[in-house]
Amino acid sequence: MKRQKERPNRPALALHVPEPDARPGDEVDFSHIEIPAAGSVMRPDVAVAPSEIRDLAYTLIRVLDDEGKAVGPWDPRLDPETLRRMLRDMMMVRVYDDRMYRAQRQGKTSFYMKCTGEEAVAVAAAHALDREDMCFPTYRQQGILVARDYPLTEMMCQVYSNAGDKLKGRQLPIMYSDREHGFFTISGNLGTQYPQAVGWGMASAIKGDSRIAAAWIGDGATAEGDFHNAVTFAAVYRAPVILNIVNNQWAISTFSGIAGAELTTFAARGVGYGIPGLRVDGNDPLAVYAATSWAADRARSNLGPTIIELFTYRVEGHSTSDDPSVYRPQNAGAKWPLGDPLERLKAHLLGLGEWDEERHAALLDQLGEEVRAAQKQAEKQGTLGNSPAQDIPSMFDDVFEELPWHLKEQREQAIAEAGAKK
Amino acid sequence: MPVMNMIQAINSAHDVMMDRDPNIVVMGEDVGYFGGVFRATEGLQKKYGRSRTFDTPITEGGIVGVAIGMAAYGLRPVAEIQFADYIYPGFDQIVSEAGRMRYRTAGEWFLPMVIRSPYGGGIFGGQTHSQSPEALFAHVAGIKTVIPSNPYDAKGLLIAAIEDNDPVIFFEPKRIYNGPFDGFYERPVTPWAKHPAAEVPEGYYTVPLGKAAIARAGNDVTILAYGTMVHVAIATAEAEGIDAEVIDLRTIVPVDIETIEASVKKTGRCVVFHEATRTGGFGAELSALVQERCFYHLESPVQRVTGFDTPYPHSLEWAYFPGPARLGLALKKALED
Repeated sequence: MKRQKERPNRPALALHVPEPDARPGDEVDFSHIEIPAAGSVMRPDVAVAPSEIRDLAYTLIRVLDDEGKAVGPWDPRLDPETLRRMLRDMMMVRVYDDRMYRAQRQGKTSFYMKCTGEEAVAVAAAHALDREDMCFPTYRQQGILVARDYPLTEMMCQVYSNAGDKLKGRQLPIMYSDREHGFFTISGNLGTQYPQAVGWGMASAIKGDSRIAAAWIGDGATAEGDFHNAVTFAAVYRAPVILNIVNNQWAISTFSGIAGAELTTFAARGVGYGIPGLRVDGNDPLAVYAATSWAADRARSNLGPTIIELFTYRVEGHSTSDDPSVYRPQNAGAKWPLGDPLERLKAHLLGLGEWDEERHAALLDQLGEEVRAAQKQAEKQGTLGNSPAQDIPSMFDDVFEELPWHLKEQREQAIAEAGAKK
Repeated sequence: MPVMNMIQAINSAHDVMMDRDPNIVVMGEDVGYFGGVFRATEGLQKKYGRSRTFDTPITEGGIVGVAIGMAAYGLRPVAEIQFADYIYPGFDQIVSEAGRMRYRTAGEWFLPMVIRSPYGGGIFGGQTHSQSPEALFAHVAGIKTVIPSNPYDAKGLLIAAIEDNDPVIFFEPKRIYNGPFDGFYERPVTPWAKHPAAEVPEGYYTVPLGKAAIARAGNDVTILAYGTMVHVAIATAEAEGIDAEVIDLRTIVPVDIETIEASVKKTGRCVVFHEATRTGGFGAELSALVQERCFYHLESPVQRVTGFDTPYPHSLEWAYFPGPARLGLALKKALED
């Protein structure tokens, strides 16, 4: 205070703390968001110098217009079969999410996370990648597993931490892992998968393999040092990796302005590293597919990494432990101007004459049936806390390849404790 | 048999293993063309190419995270962290990721990777080039921590660490890279060439992880040590004329409890000895283990001889360093009580 009085001609400094436009009780207003027309953004050759396409980091690549027509140079021109399969996968993710959300509310598990409104960022990307490419997801890309035909029962057993959980009940629900389906184990420590994906891609390049890696991170976690570590490595060694940033605008209760979104885009992070940054309508499955294919082609041609910002909106709460109505206006997701990825792809297929309402309704019924059957199957092996007795000694497996003496002693102790309780 | 110092032995371990296994890659700050600030990776890039030995950006978190991804792919990365003092930006990747990968995936993914790092003081490195952070890693589930004390062990242990299918932290006591410094800092250090453990086979061999060595046999008191302190312990015992048994732990996790127990039960007295700070140091774990397992054989309280709980001071290095004077007093106390 005294020092300020000594400098009367200088204005007092003031700290800027970003604050979202609307809080509970306020009207949601997305009118300030600039949405370029579908098809208006150029599509460069993959061999383009990143310095020539910096503007792609500040626009929005879109393919589907308001009528559901695919327009412009980014149209991936997918055959109807692939389009229907992508629609089916996104619908399946939503049906599955609803079912598991309800299971959590019924006390069958401790925790669940939905990806409502963000189905395209996982499903469309998975379809654009090769089946052999390795995905390093966050907790909201269950769509990759669905797109790669990972059995629903396996997913549910993991969510239930039951006797059928191949991860032996060690991970929080939804932290899936399946090497065979190219789905890297999910970590609760955010952003750690980003440098790991780069390392995997570098290894593939060292071995002269042709597989690439794809990673996902949330807008909030781009603030982690691991983001910078990963992108630096990826840029330096031109690693064959796709670095997706899912900008769903909310990190639990914290809006993307706190991660730096007031001043620039997340795709623009690429500019500083000298790598392409594409900003993509994340609710447009065809745009996600097209951008992923473009980045995959670059990576496979030894041209290095691409950052893809998938601009979307987290329609639901962060998790079952979160209530978004206390920090943002209710139903904000319903007003998101980029719409619902399922509805948009459905409209596209209807417009092509490759889909109809009857088939849609029948498919929805069929998916519901599949999920119910899988759930029945999974619940035969128990639910959380209501599962055939956990094998206590298994707690000590897999800390190391071989059990050292101190863990052997602790295992004996755990077995004795369990015996004493009975 | 060839005579090597510790750097040459560590370099040879890399060379032998890179030649045997094309999945081994070496990376770190300055390790490529230059061969590392301590020259541990000299010549490897020339011999095995840039894609198998390369310089990294200055990002320890990135080095560890990328190494994890490489190991998940199926390579066996050997990453150098230039000084143990710099390892902390990689701590989350080591603790939360590397240490738990096998466990959290029920064995679906495991990480055969080694993180090498020079540690310890006595080189006038000040507080950012002298630390001994081994206890931080010993406390973490799923990580093995190895600390060699001589050229023969350094090569054999590093080869065993590279072949291990779990992440290994390999701390190299840099004070003894060139000779077995014994704590008598006013005397010149004899080079490794005059030490029997400097005879290092040219080719492949291993020293198993988790097995201690008896560095000096004795009957009156057991000194538990590792790294540089092994040599300080031997020299102090000799200077004081004390018949001490010096155990070189070599691996601190998993520690060789059988060798510790056998020795303490024989001597009935024990001094635990490390350069790291005292509170919560690995010596506390050793002291607890000895007390739990050898209580009725102990004739005096277990003594702890360590660095002080201050940052490593530059100008007062030798007042900080747990040298022969501090150890000598503790040995006498252990014998007199």
